[in-house]
This record gives sequence, structure tokens and C-alpha cells, in this order.
Amino acid sequence: MNLQSVKTLYLAEMARSLRTMLQSIVSPVISTSLYFVVFGAAIGTRITEVDGVSYGAFIVPGLIMLMLLTQSVANASFGIFFPRFSGTIYEVLSAPMSYFEVVIGYVGAAATKSLILGAIVLVTARLFVPYSIDHPVTMLLFLVLTAVTFSLLGFIIGVWADGFEKLQLVPLLVITPLTFLGGTFYSIDMLPPFWQVVTLFNPVVYLISGFRWSFYGISDVSPVISLGMILLFLGVALAVVAWIFRSGYRLKP
Amino acid sequence: MIRVEGVSKTFAGGFQALKSVDLEIRRGEIFALLGPNGAGKTTLISVICGLVNASAGRVLVDGHDNVLDYRAARQMIGLVPQELTNEAFTTVWDTVSFSRGLFGKPKDPGHIEKVLRSLTLWEKRRNRQLELSGGMKRRVLIAKALAHEPQVLFLDEPTAGVDVELRREMWEVVRGLRDQGVTIILTTHYIEEAEEMADRIGVIRRGEIVLVEEKGALMRQLGSKELTLHLHEPLDAVPESLAGHALALVDDGHALVYSYDAASQEDGSTISGLLADLEAVGLRVKDLHTRQSSLEDIFVSLVRERA
Repeated sequence: MNLQSVKTLYLAEMARSLRTMLQSIVSPVISTSLYFVVFGAAIGTRITEVDGVSYGAFIVPGLIMLMLLTQSVANASFGIFFPRFSGTIYEVLSAPMSYFEVVIGYVGAAATKSLILGAIVLVTARLFVPYSIDHPVTMLLFLVLTAVTFSLLGFIIGVWADGFEKLQLVPLLVITPLTFLGGTFYSIDMLPPFWQVVTLFNPVVYLISGFRWSFYGISDVSPVISLGMILLFLGVALAVVAWIFRSGYRLKP
Repeated sequence: MIRVEGVSKTFAGGFQALKSVDLEIRRGEIFALLGPNGAGKTTLISVICGLVNASAGRVLVDGHDNVLDYRAARQMIGLVPQELTNEAFTTVWDTVSFSRGLFGKPKDPGHIEKVLRSLTLWEKRRNRQLELSGGMKRRVLIAKALAHEPQVLFLDEPTAGVDVELRREMWEVVRGLRDQGVTIILTTHYIEEAEEMADRIGVIRRGEIVLVEEKGALMRQLGSKELTLHLHEPLDAVPESLAGHALALVDDGHALVYSYDAASQEDGSTISGLLADLEAVGLRVKDLHTRQSSLEDIFVSLVRERA
């Protein structure tokens, strides 16, 4: 393992994020606050409790996941897309680094940043509602696995995209709808039976459900299945990234 | 130092950029890869540096296969790309330090300082790259390529779009590097540049290396010379007694041009013979001058000849 190279790439990527950290912090704090005002205050007065948890507290894990997914994809896709776009990627590709090391550098930095943002949302939420975390270790595990998996997805999108439009396309058309329909703001039990089944095809459901279990011990699907699913996504994302590098797809003609 | 063996490259679209290229670069030399636009210069460099996968063949860098043993191979190489690809918001110091780290070398501010000073970038070290001129940006790219102390430096069209003064400056930089023992491979379509800089020259055309030669030998071998004799009185035709010499009448009979091979002229007998014959016919010569063909003429004739 070429640790010096990985460290250099990781730190440079983190430095790039830090240059815009203020925006990066302000926007999740504001959007989280908005969700609490709109959903927590408006809907929360009608739905007081879900499975014994107050509605405000119920949406906290989902909001963190929402932030984690969108930020991971955005950071990682931009992180690899921009050097491709500007041409500076030549240096990384000609460096004595293995593909795995390149991915650790880019994806590690993207995941780290989204974890920081996730933590900020967690703290912000505390200003609005009290919540408890029953299984902190499991929570952390879900957090890290999700950040890494979706940063890998972002990396794939950043390699695939050949323009800024495509870069926005997947997050906008796929990630956001799946997250909103993934049970951030409701429990699957609240849906009609047909949609309960359809929802099970949404991968985000497993992430949010498992994550919520680590907070309150309640879940739509078993946390073991959730964990299995996220490991499955991780495996798929890794396989695609491995294929990208082996075939040279869009990086190395 | 670098051995390219039977390297071919066919791109996904079916375009064959390289056709079984064999090339050997010697340690410590400046090698100029000369060719028209689209000849495959950049593709060949990209294959050696690991930016493009070869379709066939292999590349050894100081004995290390650049695919099987890519870490060792790439460690030795510094690449200055053709395009100015600078990270606009990063400072000169940071980007050059980044390059060193990326190639796995521990921090060494002393070396970075040395590189920046040698490229007269030291004063600009705290500037962000978007504040630099084009020539400065080019030098930043060279500094980045040198940050990890490579033994081989690839310069892909280092002086494309660079003004004359800066080009001379760049040449000085390159010579300085060679004096430090760095092997340099530069691509160019400026013949003047190859003529000025290179120890050896390779000509690439449509993905094939058509010639590799010592610059001096190339000039001597292919360089034909012309002797132009300006006459006092114009002639209607070349006098019969001079028919044995390869003479042509130009300038409405005011001048005779004698073409000869520089290599066959070692003892000077043909020219002496010609002059003696001129004397015998009683032709009076006002002035004379000789011209040796430049690398450009050689190049043009080479490309035309094999087209």
C-alpha cells in the first residue's frame, strides 16, 4: 500500500472541501431546520407518534440519511468529475498508485465530508427535538457503511457523466425520489398494502429502517436484513468500480 | 532507459493511433519525437506513462514493465502534458507539493524550493494558479512533474503557443535538466525545436516511427547542399562542356545552381572540378553561396517520400 500517495490525495480532496466548508455547513443546517419546521411542526401536530416515538424524533434518522445520501453522491461525483473535466486527472492516473488507492483517496474524502455533515444534522436536530440513540455502535456502522457506499455510487456517476447535466441527473431523478419515498417521513405501515410491497424494492427503505432501529429499536424491516442489504449495495458498488478500472472506462482509453 | 516493444494502440472507435512501435530511449539524452499533428506523439507518451492502455506490445522503463511493475516504472517518470491543466484555486507551492506526495515521496520543502527556483517560480509560490500567465502555468506543470525527482521527463509539446523569448527560456530549462542527468523526451511539431535541442530525433507519422537517428547524422545523411553561382552575364543554356555537372540554370540565366550531396563532398574534388571547368569556359562568377538543407527540409521530404 502506497500510504503516502493515498494520504496526499485524501488530504488534497479534504482541503478542497474545506475551502467551501462554510457553504457546506450552512446549507445542511438550514435545510434540516426547514424540514423540522415544515414536517415536524405542520405534520407533527397531526401525527403525534409513530410506534411510540414522537414524530419529530421519528424523522431524525431519516433526515440524517437524506443528508448523507445526497451529500455522499454529490461530493464523490464532483470530486472525480472535476479533474476529468479540467484535465488534471492525468496526474493521478500516471502516479504510482493502484486503482484501489485512488478510490480510497477520492471516496474516503467524500465519505468523510458527508459523515461530518451527518454529524452536523444530528446536532442541529437536537435543537428541535430530544432523541435517544439505543445502539450507538450500530448507528455508527450504518452511518459509515452508507457514506462509503453512496460515495462509491457518486464516484461511479462522476466517472460516467460527460457533462454537468448528467452529473445532476442521477441525484435529481433517482437519489432524491428514492430517499423521499424511502420512509424518511413516514413508517411503511402507514402505506396501503400494495405500496408497502412496492416500497420494499426501494433500497433506501432498508438504510433508513436499519438506521432508525439503531436510534429507537423500531424498524419496518429487520435490522439484520437492512445490514445485509447495505453490504450488498456496497459489494455491487465495489464491483462496478473495479470494472471501471479494469476496463479503463472513461478514465483510460 | 525506456524500451518500447511492438506497441500498438487501436482506440474504441477503430482508429489505429500506433502501429507496432519500437523505440529505445537512452539514458541522459534529449530525444525529440517529431511529427505532424495527429501522428501519434501524445498517444505514444500516454501509453508509456500509463494513461492509455496499449492494445499490444510492452514498455520497459529502466527494466520495469509499465503494466506489471507499474509502481517502479511510474516512479521514474515525470509527465508535462500538452494542455495547460492547472487547478485554478490551488497555490503554486501546494500543487507542486501535492505532486510530490502523490508519487509517494515524503515531504521535502528543500527540493520543492530548488525546483521552483530553477523554474523562476519561487516568487510566485504563494499565488493561486489562476493568477499566473500562460508561460508560468506551463512552468508550474514542469515543476509538478519534477517534484518527485523523476529520472525521465516527458514534455508533450512544451513550447506550443509560447512566445519566442519564453521558448528560448524553456529550452534553457530543459538543457539544465539534462545536465542534471534527467533523460528527456519531448514531442514537438516545431522542427526548429528538435534541431535546437535534441541529441536524437525520431520521426513519427501516422502511428509509425519512420526514422530514428542522431541529429547530426541525420542532418549529414539527408542534408543535400546547394551551391548557387551568380553570373556576370546571363546564359541561355548550360554550356555543353559543363553538362557533366548537375547544374540548373535559374533566375533567367543569371545564376547556376549546383546540387550535391554533403556526404560525397568530403574531399571537395567535385567542387574544384566544377570551378576549373567554369574557368575553362570563361564564365565569370559574380558571387556564390551554399545552403545546407535544414531539418525542416529533411522532414518535409521524408514525410512526402513515404506518403
